[in-house]
Amino acid sequence: MFESLQLLWIEPPGRGLSLLSGLLSTMQIAIGAYALGLTIGLLGALGKIHGPAPLRWLLTTYTTLIRAVPELVLILLLYYAGTAALNNGLESLGFDPIDISGLVAGIIVLGFVQGAYSTEVIRAAMLAVPRGQTEAALAYGMSRSQSIYRILIPAMIPFALPGLANLWLIVTKDTALLAVVGFFELASATKTAAGSTRNYLLFYAAAAVIYLCVTLISNAVFRRVEARYRRGQAMA
Amino acid sequence: MDWSWLPEYSDKLISGFWLTIQLLVICSTLGFLLSVPIGLVQVTGPRWLAAIARGFCTTIRGTPLLIQLWLIYYGVGELFPSIEGIRESFLWPVLRAAFPYAIVAFTLSVAGYVGEVMRGAFAGVPKGELEAARSMGMSPFKILYRIWLPRAVQNVFPTLAGEVVLTLKATPLAATITIYELFGRSTEVRQDTFLVYEPLLLVAGIYVLLTGIIVVIFGWLENRIPKPSVA
Repeated sequence: MFESLQLLWIEPPGRGLSLLSGLLSTMQIAIGAYALGLTIGLLGALGKIHGPAPLRWLLTTYTTLIRAVPELVLILLLYYAGTAALNNGLESLGFDPIDISGLVAGIIVLGFVQGAYSTEVIRAAMLAVPRGQTEAALAYGMSRSQSIYRILIPAMIPFALPGLANLWLIVTKDTALLAVVGFFELASATKTAAGSTRNYLLFYAAAAVIYLCVTLISNAVFRRVEARYRRGQAMA
Repeated sequence: MDWSWLPEYSDKLISGFWLTIQLLVICSTLGFLLSVPIGLVQVTGPRWLAAIARGFCTTIRGTPLLIQLWLIYYGVGELFPSIEGIRESFLWPVLRAAFPYAIVAFTLSVAGYVGEVMRGAFAGVPKGELEAARSMGMSPFKILYRIWLPRAVQNVFPTLAGEVVLTLKATPLAATITIYELFGRSTEVRQDTFLVYEPLLLVAGIYVLLTGIIVVIFGWLENRIPKPSVA
């Protein structure tokens, strides 16, 4: 058992370096997908609350379908459909088809899935902001967009934070699913290392510990952010 | 769109569908049964037991299910063959199959997530109701199954429906450990026929339908149980 622990070390024959670079990809994909998801979520929430009926209907279909289909199926569908659509588009414009890197594809696919969940979280948070606050902003002569980014968005953040923290934890864990499609990240790095050294228990346990550390650190960070944003707010 | 493969593969897809249902029902049920003590000890148990339960929930919720599944199937599964004489024992056929490992992994996952829900649910039952039950002379066990558990479940019933949907959406992971449930079958069809989208779209549609059915069933059950009183 103890000599096999050396396999986790950075220097060869240890596989530590490969796990660390896997963790780096995982974090890059997670951060990118989370940011993309938040952007979609913010626009989606505004569209769901203020948009015209066809847009609302479209967004409802998007959030309902995405949340009802397993992430693994979505990843496969979006990955193949996305790359095929892109290359078809490029071809029809006379360009050569391109190979999308695993990193970018992972970010776009997971971001699109995250967007559906973010939309719901942010929409609920926006509806939790008392109407009077945006009405007051309009009464002061602010334009519609000013009242959104000066009043509505800052005021909804405390309501959205618990849900958004949860979504961050979900996206870090969902990156592992990309291993099934063959992208390089922590889970696939672990799978390779475990398979080639035949130390499955050791490597999967190590990966679990790494993911757990990411979760625990994220929890601590979000607690501080939440405490900061809840200053001056009446406790429920 | 080419659907000509459908009649040929319908038997396989149906068997995959039932395997998905089996995974869902078995793991949701066992996971819920396990989550009751996990939630309960965090509210009322001795401190060391509460700490273990809390650690379990944090670990399950803090690591990807895929890693848990692989850890149990490849990692723990790797230990068994080294045990002397196990290949001859009656347990070997069970230990060699993939299905039991999936059941264990998904059950523990459900227990971790629902355990956290049940902790909040048990803590949310007004103290006065439990004191009233005790003053009526009920034994601790009777208080649990007559008052505390029903009131707790009543309060978190919609959340439990959500957890069942999450479990359904986790079942495709079983395909990564050679279990041919619905998603695994669609992968098989895709490899045989070289079709990219059709099999995936079909199973995606079935998952949406199943999610809808779960929501309807739980909504119906929710209407049949009395509404929680507003505190």
